[in-house]
Amino acid sequence: MANSYQIAVLGDKDSVMGFKALGLTVFPVDNVEDARHTLHRIAREDFAVVYLTEQLAAQMETDIARYKDELTPAIILIPGKEGSLGLGMANIKKSVERAVGADIL
Amino acid sequence: MANTVVNPTRMELTRLKGKLKTAQRGHKLLKDKRDELMKQFLDTVRELRALRSQVEQDLMRAHSSFTVASALMSAQAMEQALMYPKQSVELTMTFQNIMSVNVPVYHYQTRTDDTGDIFPYGFAATSGELDAAVSALGEVFQNMLKLAETEKAAQLMAEEIEKTRRRVNALEYVVIPNTQENIRYITMKLDENDRSTTTRLMKVKDMLLAEALEERRAADDAAIRAFGGDPGDAAQI
Repeated sequence: MANSYQIAVLGDKDSVMGFKALGLTVFPVDNVEDARHTLHRIAREDFAVVYLTEQLAAQMETDIARYKDELTPAIILIPGKEGSLGLGMANIKKSVERAVGADIL
Repeated sequence: MANTVVNPTRMELTRLKGKLKTAQRGHKLLKDKRDELMKQFLDTVRELRALRSQVEQDLMRAHSSFTVASALMSAQAMEQALMYPKQSVELTMTFQNIMSVNVPVYHYQTRTDDTGDIFPYGFAATSGELDAAVSALGEVFQNMLKLAETEKAAQLMAEEIEKTRRRVNALEYVVIPNTQENIRYITMKLDENDRSTTTRLMKVKDMLLAEALEERRAADDAAIRAFGGDPGDAAQI
């Protein structure tokens, strides 16, 4: 089952603009509320991967958690223009804790 | 498990013994699954951490090139330059099965193969920094896709490990001990029944013997009396 999917980039305008040149589907959003709606909308469409800036992700954890155990979309945090918040690394740590029961790395 | 009622019957005992055997087998299998998944998961996570820090670094570099570019160009000009992408990416997804966890594997297809030909704008109206920024982003993109793949795999595996761990623990600490307890209870109850049957039979036998003895004695007495003797003498003989 190799359907074709698209890749979405969700974030503030300045952070995501460059991805447009690469041919990814870009969704510039201005605020968290907007991002939330967009995320839920594109989750229903044919997007296999959604890159989300950490700045937005910090405020929509519950929305992201909803798709954590789904096969699509994979929501991947990327640092936005303002720099990395360390959220992506923290998430790795969290999933280790979830699996092992303690942070062993 | 004293809180649920089990029928102390042989049929129930056989059923429980079968259940215990299945539970123990399942427990062993699930434990193996958990251990192997854990091994794979830790490998994935190690890879993921390295990949993520790499991608974050590269992305920050690309972002800073963009910042420089946007300082040199007006916002409108930049937006205009990037508005209509030349490149487009199509993603196909296949699945890889790691210990019954389906993890996605992405393959992507770009419209133009040449990585030098991804700039969607004429070079005349834009600054050179924008070119650098776009190509930096293009380079990091491959790793970003790999990152997505690995991270999703890690998330899915973490979920599966959690589930498996719960199952193993439920079997180990609840199902198996409870079944053993029930089996012990039924065995003891059945043994007790056996013993009570034996004692009852012994008691009945005693009663029957006493009765027979009594009858015999009465018959003897009657015989002695018939011959004109004293039954009291017979007891002394």
